[in-house]
Amino acid sequence: MRHIISILLENESGALSRVAGLFSARAYNIESLTVAPTEDPSMSRMTLVTSGSAEIIEQITKQLNKLIDVVKLNDLNVSSVQHIEREMMLIKLKAPASARAEIMRLTDIFRGNIIDVNDDTYTVELTGTTEKLNAFITVFDCDSILETVRSGVMGIARGSSSLHV
Amino acid sequence: MELSGGEIIAQFLHDEGVEYLFGYPGGAVLHIYDALLRADKTKHILVRHEQAATHAADGYARSTGKTGVALVTSGPGMTNAVTGIATAYLDSIPLVVLTGQVPTGVIGSDAFQEVDSVGISRPCVKHNFLVKDINDLAETLTKAFYVASSGRPGPVVVDIPKDVTDPNIKIPYTYQQSIEMRSYNPVTKGHPFQIKKALELMLQAKKPVFYTGGGVVLGNASETLRTLVKTLNFPITSTLMGLGAYPSSDEQFLGMLGMHGTYEANMAMHDTDVLIAVGARFDDRVTGHLEHFCPTAKIIHIDIDPSSISKTVQVDVPIVGDVDDVLTSMLELLKDSDSSGKRKMQANDSAAMKDWWKQIKQWRKKNCLRYNKKTKTIKPQYVIEKLNEITDDDAYITSDVGQHQMFAAQYYKFEEPRHWINSGGLGTMGFGLPAAMGVQLAHLDKTVACVTGEGSIQMNIQELATCMQYQLPIKIINLNNRYLGMVRQWQEFFYEGRYAMSYMDSIPDFVKLAESYGHVGMQVDKTNDVEDALKEAFAMKDKLVFIDFITNREENVYPMIAAGKGHHEMELAPDSELV
Repeated sequence: MRHIISILLENESGALSRVAGLFSARAYNIESLTVAPTEDPSMSRMTLVTSGSAEIIEQITKQLNKLIDVVKLNDLNVSSVQHIEREMMLIKLKAPASARAEIMRLTDIFRGNIIDVNDDTYTVELTGTTEKLNAFITVFDCDSILETVRSGVMGIARGSSSLHV
Repeated sequence: MELSGGEIIAQFLHDEGVEYLFGYPGGAVLHIYDALLRADKTKHILVRHEQAATHAADGYARSTGKTGVALVTSGPGMTNAVTGIATAYLDSIPLVVLTGQVPTGVIGSDAFQEVDSVGISRPCVKHNFLVKDINDLAETLTKAFYVASSGRPGPVVVDIPKDVTDPNIKIPYTYQQSIEMRSYNPVTKGHPFQIKKALELMLQAKKPVFYTGGGVVLGNASETLRTLVKTLNFPITSTLMGLGAYPSSDEQFLGMLGMHGTYEANMAMHDTDVLIAVGARFDDRVTGHLEHFCPTAKIIHIDIDPSSISKTVQVDVPIVGDVDDVLTSMLELLKDSDSSGKRKMQANDSAAMKDWWKQIKQWRKKNCLRYNKKTKTIKPQYVIEKLNEITDDDAYITSDVGQHQMFAAQYYKFEEPRHWINSGGLGTMGFGLPAAMGVQLAHLDKTVACVTGEGSIQMNIQELATCMQYQLPIKIINLNNRYLGMVRQWQEFFYEGRYAMSYMDSIPDFVKLAESYGHVGMQVDKTNDVEDALKEAFAMKDKLVFIDFITNREENVYPMIAAGKGHHEMELAPDSELV
């Protein structure tokens, strides 16, 4: 099963490689990983998407907790937690005059924004779940997509529960 | 007090009460070495290879419970130390390894003797640090000692660039003994509800067995374990790492379990209905095939590391906590129910327990460790038995890795914790002699013997020079079968006797070798001479004696559970080998 794990870790050099190294050393999957400093600059918040059986996910969270740089973590895919997840994508599309109106319409439908325009291309910014971003990609044929870049998933728990120190 | 980085390190080691620093100098640590000349409390031991520095610090730590400390230079100094660091990591031994690094300004430029020490050591340390600023040095050292020694212990590497120890840059220094870390708070107290639940399960058991490991030794829980096991009258078996935590001579002790464990221990594991795992981690050499592991048992697991629990075997009652603390709580609960009676705990069904002990007696009758003692050529088992007879309970035995290690574990009867020093997890050949140096330095007036083989001893033979320099009277028991014995055994069993590379040609004359380093060398090749030779060697209290026992070439370690088999499928020595 797919799990989103939110991690607060010390904002120190090497902290990211400890997490990444743990996953490769113990042969766990990483689907995506995104990290940036929090409002407290001494800490970073990482969102990690992984998959595995319940036993493997349990080991993953225990092994992560064991890393000295990990302050706290939260598995967002447990029954007691409801969560929101978002991913951002920037996608550069071929935009000949004949296709421009259609691209703008589709961008509207997906609640995206066109953030860069030139004679040949549009660049669209789109935020949503992984499925939504995938859906947007599938409405274009491969030839018209020049480039995509995705942030990886970020997640947060619903309601008042929060991951902080 | 204004000190340079090098002086801070020397002063910190003094303040921390570090007795010995095992190391080897080099370019990146010259400032530190210069400062160490003025340290009076910490004695530097000059090894002959950086791997030996970490093993010696490790042996010191295992035999005392204190943190072992090593100092090596950058680049090859650090990479040589990695095997020792990984050895300590796999057995959860508290070590602080200080590694020199090239100056901060040239880090990343592939400078002379530069490696990414933090990157290389990351997968085999509990934690590591790169100190980029002298102002962080003292605090980092405090953190390193705290992390290494608390919770589930382990090695910590502190990488120190040369400019951080520059003698011309001085800053104020004060010793900080302890430190709070928001990201590191090891659990010590077991959950009371879980402890009670476990105890209730234990008291309902009809065929209980304790399975105890290195965690009991590391957690100094030996006394409490003994009291609890005696109170409950349960049988107990131990892993390789846990030997000595419970006295081998006690009738409730079934011997070691696992691949080369005793018949009674492994059969008890297979038949038990309540398994109490204490400070043990269900290693593959212990469990055999997981599908056949304790098929009818409810499992209680006490461990300080949450990630040890349900890692390979799903358990029924996990208790995360300091082993001694949890066992003490169990004893208190038992006592409470005895005296006040307000919350009675039913004692075990005595008839069932009687039957269980009867069954164990039956298994014991197999006498699974018997061997033919009347051969002319020396049986390795016999050497260990004689070694056991000649040395007292307070002797420290280190070993290398292979058949001799298993023979030592099977035939030496360990009575006290921290007296059996071996590389169980990583299985590092070359561990025994340098580890013995650390043990001997920690216990100058005690007997220290290193049980080894002609393969293992040559992996760190250069340390005979260190032993001479510091006058360490270690007794080296070399079980020389002219084969890499364990490799040969597997080739005999599983490769139809094709002995690929398990024979060593050009084995040195160990007597002359020992003598060339200034030690005493002896060679023994007849069973009848074993006892006298050992007595003679151990009588030389102030000398290192290297005793080269020419043993039976194709001796096998029995009993044995082949890889992929269950505890009940173990093989005993064939009768043909017993005549």
